[in-house]
Amino acid sequence: MMLSVEDYKVYYYTSDGAVKAVDGVSLKVKKGHSIGVIGESGCGKSTLAFGMLNLIPRPGKIAGGKIFLDNIDLLSLSPEEFRKDIRWKRISMVFQGAMNALNPVYKVGYQLLEPFLDHLGTEGDEEKVAKSLELVGLDREVMNRYPHELSGGMKQRAVIAMALILNPSLVIADEPTTALDVIVQAQIMNLFKKLKRALDISFIFITHDLSIEAEVAEDIYVMYAGKIVEKGSNFEIYKNPKHPYTQMLLAATPRLHEEKKLEFIPGIPPDLISPPEGCRFHPRCPHAMSICKQKEPRLIEIEGNHWAACHLLR
Amino acid sequence: MPSLEVKNKMKNMTALLEVHDLKVYFPLRRSTSEFFRGTHKYAKAVDGAFFEIFENDAFGLIGESGCGKTTTGKAVMKLVNPVSGSIRFEGKETSDGLDYRKKVQMIFQDPYASLNPRFRIKEILEEPLLIHKIGKSRRERLELIKGALEEVKLSPVEEYLNRFPHMLSGGQRQRVGVARTLILQPELVVADEPVSMLDLSIRAEMLQLMKDLQKKHRLSYLYISHDISTTKYFTDRIAVMYLGKIVETGKSKDVIENPKHPYTKALLSAVPEPIPERINEIKQIPIKGEVTSATNLPPGCRFHPRCPYAMDICKKEEPQYRELGRGHLAACHLL
Repeated sequence: MMLSVEDYKVYYYTSDGAVKAVDGVSLKVKKGHSIGVIGESGCGKSTLAFGMLNLIPRPGKIAGGKIFLDNIDLLSLSPEEFRKDIRWKRISMVFQGAMNALNPVYKVGYQLLEPFLDHLGTEGDEEKVAKSLELVGLDREVMNRYPHELSGGMKQRAVIAMALILNPSLVIADEPTTALDVIVQAQIMNLFKKLKRALDISFIFITHDLSIEAEVAEDIYVMYAGKIVEKGSNFEIYKNPKHPYTQMLLAATPRLHEEKKLEFIPGIPPDLISPPEGCRFHPRCPHAMSICKQKEPRLIEIEGNHWAACHLLR
Repeated sequence: MPSLEVKNKMKNMTALLEVHDLKVYFPLRRSTSEFFRGTHKYAKAVDGAFFEIFENDAFGLIGESGCGKTTTGKAVMKLVNPVSGSIRFEGKETSDGLDYRKKVQMIFQDPYASLNPRFRIKEILEEPLLIHKIGKSRRERLELIKGALEEVKLSPVEEYLNRFPHMLSGGQRQRVGVARTLILQPELVVADEPVSMLDLSIRAEMLQLMKDLQKKHRLSYLYISHDISTTKYFTDRIAVMYLGKIVETGKSKDVIENPKHPYTKALLSAVPEPIPERINEIKQIPIKGEVTSATNLPPGCRFHPRCPYAMDICKKEEPQYRELGRGHLAACHLL
């Protein structure tokens, strides 16, 4: 399995103009590998995730680019073909907000059978549901319970079980632990780590939390205002960040056992209807030069597999 | 009583706020048999909380959802009535009169929900002035509003006065929230998760602003949060709550660097940190199961069903607070 996204663009066409939520993003996910997409709210990271599942809500439209899964051109498939052959069977998703991702009026077991009905056209069997629940550390008896009978952590586990039920090769997890308490969050992250070891699945973790991302993603993509500004291995991004945005995000992340002054990034993320000319980060960047206001920097390879888009790096 | 020990350490200071053995219980619906027997079941949201906040001080309450930290904050704000215990402010028992409300203000968690969408910024900031009858004329009030906006660095002020909340970003809205509390020149501010809804990149800016205002006005904060890392950054002393009870309290540094209670240890072990060397490492979290309900507290130490070190005594007897030096207290039979 190999997913490759090339120069992918998703715009929301509103009455005020096109919101360029994802504006030329390229990324690659190898088999059994996990990547992380980091960014602030409104940077386009969730739109990117929904785009990969062909679930972009109106008035959003794909404005360009290509997505290949192995050698299948995903964007050339009809919605019906995508639903039958790709969604959930090959790419599935763990949605943000476990509290609301389950339907309150159906038992958990029934909801886990739904993917069989919708994407395989078969009845599905309870044994598979039970296996899937056990895989995520739940008792099989949870099948017969309603979502309100489960705690937040159990609900999130059930949602993960649902994502795994058709044996996909790629799972996209969009803020999988945001609404959870710290201990439950650590337990769910442990579960993801165990699943990574036990199954040959690739993951895309989408979060705003650099601390979470460091625990599970081998490659990190830093997204700002619809664009990837830096990408590289986990170690390179955390130990040797090159883009000022990445550096400042890291300096703004509080650490438990370090006595360091917390930094912040002045200003606010730009309006994506008319993003700033040149580098989109320049209004907030302490190193901005005149070229940053005119010319958009391209991703430059710093060393093996570590790329950043900044004029400082030339 | 343990709180006195802390007091002795800080001899020349009298506490601004003293909370002593605070209990807030919420009655549950009674079954018929309970009704006839005249018994009542309660959710013990806060069960014997105690702490002191001094002038120019920041005290943090941390814990998971449902541990009673927000209810404690509400009790300090006089928004819920405790069943017992005392909350003394400047040495006097608190009342819910206007005078107390002026001195104790609150910053809310959600900057999107805590500002009235139909009010302009100047109206939002004028409301507390009108309620507390501050400023004789509209012009006088406008000057105060402008001053408050400048303090939270929303300048040029004129640009913001006539805007509606939806025209501001989350960080700007939270600044308006801070300006609204400051305009009354309070002595104590209860900040309930003031940065949890903000983006990481602006969180530190908000905390820095709140810190600067603390120094400038000799303000005190009761800082309530589930985020241990930012709480450590912001506060001088903290208390860790579990099911309505403070299990450990002391200087933030002591509690975080040298936790003594098994719950504090578990909580700290779960905090994620951006350390790439630890990728894919399964975390050892020394805790079992999930939080028990506050309506049906276990006997003895309320943490014992989840505690990896639970002994027989833990099931029978509630542990007392042990003094561990420098005002560091923990309630555990192991100590």
